[in-house]
Amino acid sequence: MTDVLEHAAAEGHSHDEHGHDEHHGPSGLLKWLTTTDHKVIGMSYTITSVIMLVVGGAFAELIRIQLMSPNGTLVNYAQYNELFTMHGSVMIYLFAGPFAFGALANFVVPIQIGAPDMAFPRLNALSYWLYLSGSITMLLGFFTAGGAANFGWVGYAPLSNAANSPGAGADLWIGALLLTGFSAIFTGVNLVATIFYLRAPGMTLFRMPIFTWNLLVTGILILLAFPVLTAGLIMLFADRHFGTHIYEVAGGGVPVLWQNIFWFWGHPEVYILALPFFGMTTEIISVFSKKPVFGYKGMVFATLTIAALSLGVWAHHLFTTGTVLLPFFSIMSLLIAVPTGIKMFNWIGTMWQGEIWFSTAMLMALGFVITFLIGGLTGIYLASPPLDFFAHDTYFVVAHFHSVVMALVFAGLGGLYYWGPKMTGYLLDERIGKSQFWLTFIGAQLLTFPMYILGLKGMPRRMANYPHDPQWKFMNDLSSVGAFLIGIGTLLFVVNIVYSWKRYPAGDNPWDAGTLEWFTSSPPPHHNFYRLPQIRSERPTWDYNHPDKKALAHGHAASEGNH
Amino acid sequence: MTKVSSVDSTPQPPKGAKNRVRLSRRVRGFLALPVAALILSGCTVPSFGAYESNTETGRSTYHLWQGFSIAAAIIGGLTLLLILWAVIRYRRKSVDAIPKQTQYHLPLEWFYTIVPILIVFGLFAATVVVENKVTAEPKPAVTVDVQAVQWGWSFSYPGTNALITGQTTQAPMFEIPAGENVHFVLNSTDVVHGFYLRDFNFSRLAIPGIANQWTFNAINTGEFFGQCTELCGLYHSIMYFRVKVVTPSEFKAWVAKFNTPEGARAAEAAALASKQQLSSIIPTRPTTNHGVN
Repeated sequence: MTDVLEHAAAEGHSHDEHGHDEHHGPSGLLKWLTTTDHKVIGMSYTITSVIMLVVGGAFAELIRIQLMSPNGTLVNYAQYNELFTMHGSVMIYLFAGPFAFGALANFVVPIQIGAPDMAFPRLNALSYWLYLSGSITMLLGFFTAGGAANFGWVGYAPLSNAANSPGAGADLWIGALLLTGFSAIFTGVNLVATIFYLRAPGMTLFRMPIFTWNLLVTGILILLAFPVLTAGLIMLFADRHFGTHIYEVAGGGVPVLWQNIFWFWGHPEVYILALPFFGMTTEIISVFSKKPVFGYKGMVFATLTIAALSLGVWAHHLFTTGTVLLPFFSIMSLLIAVPTGIKMFNWIGTMWQGEIWFSTAMLMALGFVITFLIGGLTGIYLASPPLDFFAHDTYFVVAHFHSVVMALVFAGLGGLYYWGPKMTGYLLDERIGKSQFWLTFIGAQLLTFPMYILGLKGMPRRMANYPHDPQWKFMNDLSSVGAFLIGIGTLLFVVNIVYSWKRYPAGDNPWDAGTLEWFTSSPPPHHNFYRLPQIRSERPTWDYNHPDKKALAHGHAASEGNH
Repeated sequence: MTKVSSVDSTPQPPKGAKNRVRLSRRVRGFLALPVAALILSGCTVPSFGAYESNTETGRSTYHLWQGFSIAAAIIGGLTLLLILWAVIRYRRKSVDAIPKQTQYHLPLEWFYTIVPILIVFGLFAATVVVENKVTAEPKPAVTVDVQAVQWGWSFSYPGTNALITGQTTQAPMFEIPAGENVHFVLNSTDVVHGFYLRDFNFSRLAIPGIANQWTFNAINTGEFFGQCTELCGLYHSIMYFRVKVVTPSEFKAWVAKFNTPEGARAAEAAALASKQQLSSIIPTRPTTNHGVN
């Protein structure tokens, strides 16, 4: 590291000792409650969403224990319906989304573009508090007389109407989604405004790190998708309580309308979840291969293409309703494989001829790439309507999206190992981290592979038991063992946080990374920077530290020929 | 920097040309395996875990499944190989080594943009061909009206008195003739259900207000298990049914039984018994409102 950089870091630390730099705000609990600092909000988001991951994971373990016997007796039918509904809801609405665009994004994006904070800091704080209250609201369903919501995380009408789901748990579920929905919309506004208006001088759009690019596109997708869900939920609530008939055949309504509205949000949502994690993976692979992102511009165009296509594929969830134009939604869904494939090959290209450092973060990113390859390929089957006819609502679909979301979990864990030192100033233990990786990686494959087979053999999802096919027990047992391994891996993560607490000081740039957040101290001072380097590429810190090792221009690379 | 290098700093010995030869041999071995397997098995394409299906259209779906699986195995295998190659070959040799900072290779990038587009259109073409077969509506020999309710099924045959009905684990069994086009009309009176026959590689949702229709042509006779696949409430897990595929003459005889006065009475009694079963065996449907709204 150069002298100047260490000087900057020392400056940061000396300020820290005087208590929060020049900033004389409240400290302790009051700081966490009243802050508008994107870094503290980002930390709050991270802690809350990781707790939600553990809560949702606990539900998953209960489901897996129940399914270890063809006549599982751990829970009854009603409880089982609540369990998988809340497992899916907690994981999608309360963990994956907020973690993707609220936690690391909140912390990292402003620093990556050299901004002092988000564009609307108070709106940012409101986002977090709406998210927290939404999370509590949803979980409170368990304490109502009728139990938590039990109509699946997709809440299909008319099962979710007042006659079929009369309990307060259902209303709390709707309320929770409204709260977290507004939270997401505000975060989307904030991300887009911050990235468009608060970039440091020299940080042009095509010098933004891929992570920031992906969050920009995520923000735009949030603004397009979430209001639709919010509107749909308000109509559902009106059906339940105000006697409207929007989804009721009896009053001239259309049940499939809910499915269209839900998935018009739901499919972009898949990419709202995925794009931030793609971004994390891209950053990690580039840093730990010591190379710039291969095909940087192609990566950006691939992200934009995915976002555009994602708005036109929602009805592949409706193939078996018999109400949608099959070929259109089939080709749109198949085409998403192309930009996703470009990303995959760009990740490989980034590693190619690199000097790969197998840190825990890099292992997690590789776990993402391999698991996502499996989830992506099985997704291609489901884009074909005839294949969807026989795989729809079976464990094949469950396996497909668990491959995908487990891949996202790997990317997220990689992000925590990679940016955690920047957030806290301390590294996590690598040895425990690697054990966690291998447990989770083996667990994830052991979880999903038997599910693919079960799905093809005809096991439908959301089954509390399967007495008619006791031979499915073996595959279910394997899958459960996978889930337990993931559970142990997650416990190891908690152990790692406790064990590494203030143990390994990180310094400014422990990974020799290239983006701006690694130019400032760990954790960064109140408004992030005392000074900035020249920004002439997407890796200003790298250019500053390695002035003779800048990325090669187009011509150079093309003349190299084959690798 | 110092702190981290202590975490993982074992220098890797440089990989030489020998290593490269060994790995490329492995590459060839990897590619040769599936090809050899295909040739040795006398061009019997593996099932990749799916049912061959007991309908003509289901078999088309099955062949489409095989085609997709071969494509996925080749593409996925090659991609995985590239990943593993990069991971093994490009482990860092020393902490301070900085590789060439290559960022673009436009011909290569165009290659992996255009080739996948071509593959996708190939898969789409195959999809459309099979989809048109599966959704075709040839002139039916028999029509079955299927009603899904929480949590059971009833099957009736328009123009006859035949009626099969049952709840949950009663798994009502209806009959269809083999080798004839059987037209289905699927309805639901309460919530969304899923009509799923795994041995036929087919499912379709039963949605209130929409009469979903399709046509099967069953191949072999036998009994097949089916169940509801779309979450429909408390007893979704056990909303079973069965279909018995019989010869056309057996089917005619079976339907004729319902056309006698005794048959009609029996069907009525069955319907009544089924309703009673719903109220006696399943008393715990959560209808309590617990003071909400």
